Amino acid sequence: MPLTLKSAAFRAEREASWRELEELVRRAERRGVRALTGAELARLPPLYRAAVSSLSVARAISLDRNALRYLESLCARAYLLVYGTRRHLREAADDFFRRRFPVALRAHGWHVLLASLLLAGGILTGFAMVLRDPDRFYAFVSPAMAQGRGPTASTEALRDVLYSRKGAAEMLNTFAMFLFSHNAQVGLLAFAAGFAGGVPSALLVFGNGLALGAFAALYASRGLSLELWAWLLPHGVTELFAVVLCGAAGLALGQALVFPGRRDRLSALAARGREAAVLVVGAVAMLFVAALVEGIFRQLVHSVAARYAVAGAFALGWALYFSLAGRRR
Amino acid sequence: MSSAHDAGGLTERRHEILTPEGVPLQLTVAAAGDRLGALLLDQLFIGLGVLALGIPLLWLLVRGVVVPDLVAAAFVLGIFLARNVYYPFFELSWQGQTPGKRLLKIRVVDRHGGSLRAEAVLARNLTREVEIFLPLAAVSGAGSFFPGAPGLARLLALAWLLLFGLLPLFNKDRLRVGDLLAGTIVVLQPEPILLPDLSAGAAPSSGSSGYPTPSEEGFTAAQLDAYGVYELQVLEDLLRASGPGRQERLEAVAAKIRARIGWEGREPVEAFLRRYYAALRGRLEGRLLFGKRRADKHDQAD
Repeated sequence: MPLTLKSAAFRAEREASWRELEELVRRAERRGVRALTGAELARLPPLYRAAVSSLSVARAISLDRNALRYLESLCARAYLLVYGTRRHLREAADDFFRRRFPVALRAHGWHVLLASLLLAGGILTGFAMVLRDPDRFYAFVSPAMAQGRGPTASTEALRDVLYSRKGAAEMLNTFAMFLFSHNAQVGLLAFAAGFAGGVPSALLVFGNGLALGAFAALYASRGLSLELWAWLLPHGVTELFAVVLCGAAGLALGQALVFPGRRDRLSALAARGREAAVLVVGAVAMLFVAALVEGIFRQLVHSVAARYAVAGAFALGWALYFSLAGRRR
Repeated sequence: MSSAHDAGGLTERRHEILTPEGVPLQLTVAAAGDRLGALLLDQLFIGLGVLALGIPLLWLLVRGVVVPDLVAAAFVLGIFLARNVYYPFFELSWQGQTPGKRLLKIRVVDRHGGSLRAEAVLARNLTREVEIFLPLAAVSGAGSFFPGAPGLARLLALAWLLLFGLLPLFNKDRLRVGDLLAGTIVVLQPEPILLPDLSAGAAPSSGSSGYPTPSEEGFTAAQLDAYGVYELQVLEDLLRASGPGRQERLEAVAAKIRARIGWEGREPVEAFLRRYYAALRGRLEGRLLFGKRRADKHDQAD
């Protein structure tokens, strides 16, 4: 019986199982996990564990660099397959709205409160300043957003906008989708800008409040307050809350960056980022709802009472959803 | 966690993850150029997708099948979805790969070795707009971007926006802002090739055994102690290499080894090198079992 290298004997013993795993991994990579049969799928975890243990042993006893490299990359590929994401999208979405989103919101209570205060502060500031000096309206509201509304517009013209009498019923869906995509991009921006220490997110929320306050002051000066809020609130309840959520997510990021706590900055940021992303995706879904209400419902229903009723219903609905959903288990 | 690792003259950035089984695995961090290439490919696919959506819609509109309102609404929504859903959708359903990443053989993994979670995929993709499109807009229209700002402030803002986009170039793991928020890293898809064991292929000097036996090789202990693991693996790479100039390199190396160990044999160069490789590996591996690893020929630690 001639002597052989221990590492060569080790390899000869296990090579077949490595090859089998390699073949499975190669097929799953090329055509997805579903290309594997049930029996092959069941083989995957034991083969993977065997390969990982081979790697550990080979590192200790073998100096064959090619075999070591092969095992390293085989294990890495199998690892990515075994521990990759594998949830059905619909199942994930279901879980998201039933549990993750409301739970994430409750976990960010302080950030949401702070962002709400920023928004409210913006509204009050804008309102007070424009009421005192109407020309400041132009400082808070860009011409594109004002669309002709301003201190120089007649009361009649301002009222007309609230009831869109000028044949606007043609492009309701387009209007709704345009509003949605615009608002959602701004929301995403508020979240991502949180990486700059949260300051841009706070500014964005506050700036939104300023513009809103400026409009409120403009309409209040013409005695149209009641009608303005009836026009604003049916979708505004949802939309403003979504803006607050995006701002809160940005603030949470900023907090993780500036005050990482006991963890190192990178892991604090990663942990916060994932949670805050949940808030933002939920907020984008809310903006979608808001845009449908704004683009379609508001253009069709002109009764002030009905508008307030819808606004109240939305406020109640969101309050119930966020305080109750996902509490069980 | 990571180290620059010299492999065959190319410096690769390695990132180590710890699998749930407790075994560290080395992955190669994807190069910035590959990342950029994958991004451009994906943006191209998004553009083609929007075209593929727009042309039939336009056709339906011209034929009068649907009203303009629905077409425009579907188009606006389609563009939003293409911009924001493409990346998360593919990274979730293809386990960290988008079509562009798949073509360039790179993929997203969790930085600490856990499984790639949906929130991580969302977090890393929600920031793309800020990282890439804001700096682009800032560069292409710096003047219109900050109207009324004094020159210095504008310049600072421009630098800040560029910093977002160029962040991957400033850290060794090539992390962009989205990767920082999600705790992910983009790595090369490993491609293993298992070559035959060189020690098995060596021609035995005597007898008929398939495997060489260190005792039969005819080298003395002193001759085998001339080199360490580093030289062994360089020799392995040399023997496995192919292409022009291989024979000359083998001869040069064989001459050096012969001189160093005082070998008088006159067999062909390759047979000698294979035999010496097998014997050296047997010697070094045998000592490895006793916990003695000789890193290279200068290592005298025993």
